[in-house]
Amino acid sequence: MTMKRNGTPSANGTGVGLTMTLDGEKVAFTRGETVYEVAERHRSEIPTLCYDPRLESFGGCRLCVVEVEGARNPVASCTTEAQPGMRVRTRTAALETQRRILMEMVASENRDLDVDPMHGYASQEMAELLDRYDARTGRFRGATSGTSRPDDDNPFIGRDYENCISCYRCVRVCAEQEGDYAISIMNRGFHTQITTEFGGLLKDSACTFCGQCIQTCPTGALGDLKALANKDVPGETEKTRTICTYCGVGCSVDVMTRGDRIVGILPAMDGPANEGALCVKGQFAFDFVGHPDRLDTPYVRDEKDGPLRPSTWDEALDFAAGRLRKVVEGHGRRSVYGIASGRAPHEAAYMMQRFIRAGLGTNHIDNCSRA
Amino acid sequence: MSNPLADMEKPDVIFCIGTNMTECHPVAATRLKRALARGARMIVADPRRIGLADIADIHLPIRVGSDVSLLLAMAHVIAREGLVDQAFIDERTAHGEDFLKHVERYTPEWASEICECDPDDIERAAIMYGGADRGAIYYTVGITEHICGVDNVQSLCNLALMTGNLGREGTGVNPMRGQNNIQGAGDSGALPNNYPGFQSVTVPAHQEKFERAYGRRIDLETGMTKVTALDLCGDGIHAMIIDGENTLVTDPDRHHCEHALKSLECLVVIDLFMTETAKVADVVLPATAWAETDGVCTNTERRVQRLRAAVPPPGDARPDWWIVSQLAQRMGWEGFEFGSAKEVFNELCSLSPTYAGLDWDRIEDGEYQWPVPHEGHPGTPRLHEERFENGRGIFKMLAYRDPEEVISDEYPIWLTTGRRLAQYHTRTQTGRAGGIDYLLPEETLEVHPDDVARLGLEDGGWAEMSNPRGRVQVKVHATNKSPRGTVFASFAFEDVPVNVLTGGGYDPVTQTAALKACPVALKPVASPAALAGDGGSGAPALGQL
Repeated sequence: MTMKRNGTPSANGTGVGLTMTLDGEKVAFTRGETVYEVAERHRSEIPTLCYDPRLESFGGCRLCVVEVEGARNPVASCTTEAQPGMRVRTRTAALETQRRILMEMVASENRDLDVDPMHGYASQEMAELLDRYDARTGRFRGATSGTSRPDDDNPFIGRDYENCISCYRCVRVCAEQEGDYAISIMNRGFHTQITTEFGGLLKDSACTFCGQCIQTCPTGALGDLKALANKDVPGETEKTRTICTYCGVGCSVDVMTRGDRIVGILPAMDGPANEGALCVKGQFAFDFVGHPDRLDTPYVRDEKDGPLRPSTWDEALDFAAGRLRKVVEGHGRRSVYGIASGRAPHEAAYMMQRFIRAGLGTNHIDNCSRA
Repeated sequence: MSNPLADMEKPDVIFCIGTNMTECHPVAATRLKRALARGARMIVADPRRIGLADIADIHLPIRVGSDVSLLLAMAHVIAREGLVDQAFIDERTAHGEDFLKHVERYTPEWASEICECDPDDIERAAIMYGGADRGAIYYTVGITEHICGVDNVQSLCNLALMTGNLGREGTGVNPMRGQNNIQGAGDSGALPNNYPGFQSVTVPAHQEKFERAYGRRIDLETGMTKVTALDLCGDGIHAMIIDGENTLVTDPDRHHCEHALKSLECLVVIDLFMTETAKVADVVLPATAWAETDGVCTNTERRVQRLRAAVPPPGDARPDWWIVSQLAQRMGWEGFEFGSAKEVFNELCSLSPTYAGLDWDRIEDGEYQWPVPHEGHPGTPRLHEERFENGRGIFKMLAYRDPEEVISDEYPIWLTTGRRLAQYHTRTQTGRAGGIDYLLPEETLEVHPDDVARLGLEDGGWAEMSNPRGRVQVKVHATNKSPRGTVFASFAFEDVPVNVLTGGGYDPVTQTAALKACPVALKPVASPAALAGDGGSGAPALGQL
């Protein structure tokens, strides 16, 4: 599925049958598609740093420039709409040289070129392009831009702006995706700074700590502090697709694990309910799972006023069944009641109602939706 | 929801009532914000100046529990201004004429006496929604957790029916479900009136179907609701099995609830933690958590999605379905020999008409929204497109009713309860997630600054709320978010157990508890820290829970 809201190819027939030439090949497109989107569909692998398919095209990084026949200068493919008969070249020697120089300049702005992947979903984008263009030359060594904010003591979002390249993806995702407008851009050129109102802490701004800015940052200037706390956990990072455990929206997430441990959460960009969005709970509140307070063994209470004591499954199940049987014998099958959870999967609720219905023949079953 | 989440970006006019969506369903709220950015307009009816109210075109700060009066008056204006969709009423509804006549008497002036909103604002809101090509209604438990919860929902349906705002893109009547699988629990048959797939237990054909499937005859009568069962503990109900619910803290009238559970001969609790409820159980069985459990959940837009285990559970914790099926086998019952979540889910699909076209493998990518009546069916993102399930949409003639308890000289303040963004429910999970306490370390009572001054309270000082059911002490937060005369607290924190106070009745149809309107007295008290001589409030130590 496409995440794009602007320039989404229309399925209703308008613009069907339009074609353009892409690197010598005739390709179809639909009205409203940008050259970048057409090229992306045809795996042209145009480089970009300021592009996030969920956001309005920005045209800031200039890496996605392409040559259009008849145009005097290369144009940014992400802001140029495809036109019938257009002839586009995405990968000429001139373009690749220009891109390499741009990447060398981008690299010169930052303190670090390589960041731990635990920083976030897009955090490796700059480093990958530096390698692709062999641009770690250090030719433009000089002033760096951005001032980090180690004073911001929030436990979720690291703000290391000395690694910021001013692509504004964080500012744009906060405005366009989240609608929170918590962060903005101050000053220009080398003095450009991503900041909140009055330059304060995120906590004191409109920030909701959804973490979307982290996940779109292509350099690791913004980092997921909860995941980074686990960066030294041994093992390969594996990802498991599941659904967030909190509210009823049903956001898709990729749970990152190393060994038996959850080390972080990534939003699923193709999640049907959330299309990459998450909130503070879905993004950061995962570590109750491995918490030491978790019950790891059954407990039984031998006598009414006695203490709960740990037991084996065999003992606990027999004990519970014995007590339940006694209640049924003493008070009849209608004296047992089941409450299923709105937090557990279908199979839990289904089995609870099956227990009551198939076992006792009553309908004394409910879930927690009435309070 | 009648409509898919994606439709939330499509309305011309959004009407949110009783939903604090930016805090309770933040990701869904981002879609509304994008609709607004695109030019949609929004009406928000809520007693509090919640986040959505700040970005609304019209905020109707209704008195808690007065929704029906507002909605009747909006229907009145829509009818009077000729904004009804007569073709829709004629073709797809019943009793439309009676309804239009019924609302003639309910003027905005009449409503404003009850809901305490400006009649001109009611008029403007009605014209805005009634005039929309695509008008969409969103609500949450601010609508349902009242003694008139069903009336509230039906009032919203009346508005949608009279304006034809159902069955089309960007329209609908859309409840936002609060828990990750609360929809699925109902789908799976954990209801006293329905078998899986919402098949009524009072229909003999359904009884026969499940007798064949389960090998046992099941009562033809509806079971008790949880509320009734809790009332009858020790007097008809003598054993309970509670899965994953901290009943003691989440349900109204905590003292009553605690007494009820303690009077059982056998209480079995299945949970992740030693919750307050587990602590009073006879048997506590450890369940696997999210990210440790394979299974299925259904979201608020009826999308059936796979949950996948990513890590092993601690110690001897087991999946809930395994625990219950084992317990059934120890009871000596046959037919409970399931080997995997997949087998369980596939049995559910085989018995549910809404899931008939689904199975474990088919929901791999989460592309189906129920009903999926047969294999090959694409699912149903939008309900009521061609027709209503039961033929015609029926208008309901409703009248306003006061909450069971109303404010008085003795209890002159409305307490309303709810949730907050950073914490979830009773903090059994978020309270154990690192960093969350940085955003919300403690509960506070939101009080209008004028009330703070009038009642001799202090911003940051302590207050005691009380009513005949009990008393709760809480730190005061002066804020214009609360209207004058109404205070708000969440039920997240164990040291501010607001459900000691709530309990002013239930909806007579659904027996949903009235958790949103509770008269209390409010007075300043010395801080507990000063009294106890210790370090003060802070987040309670969860290690001891």
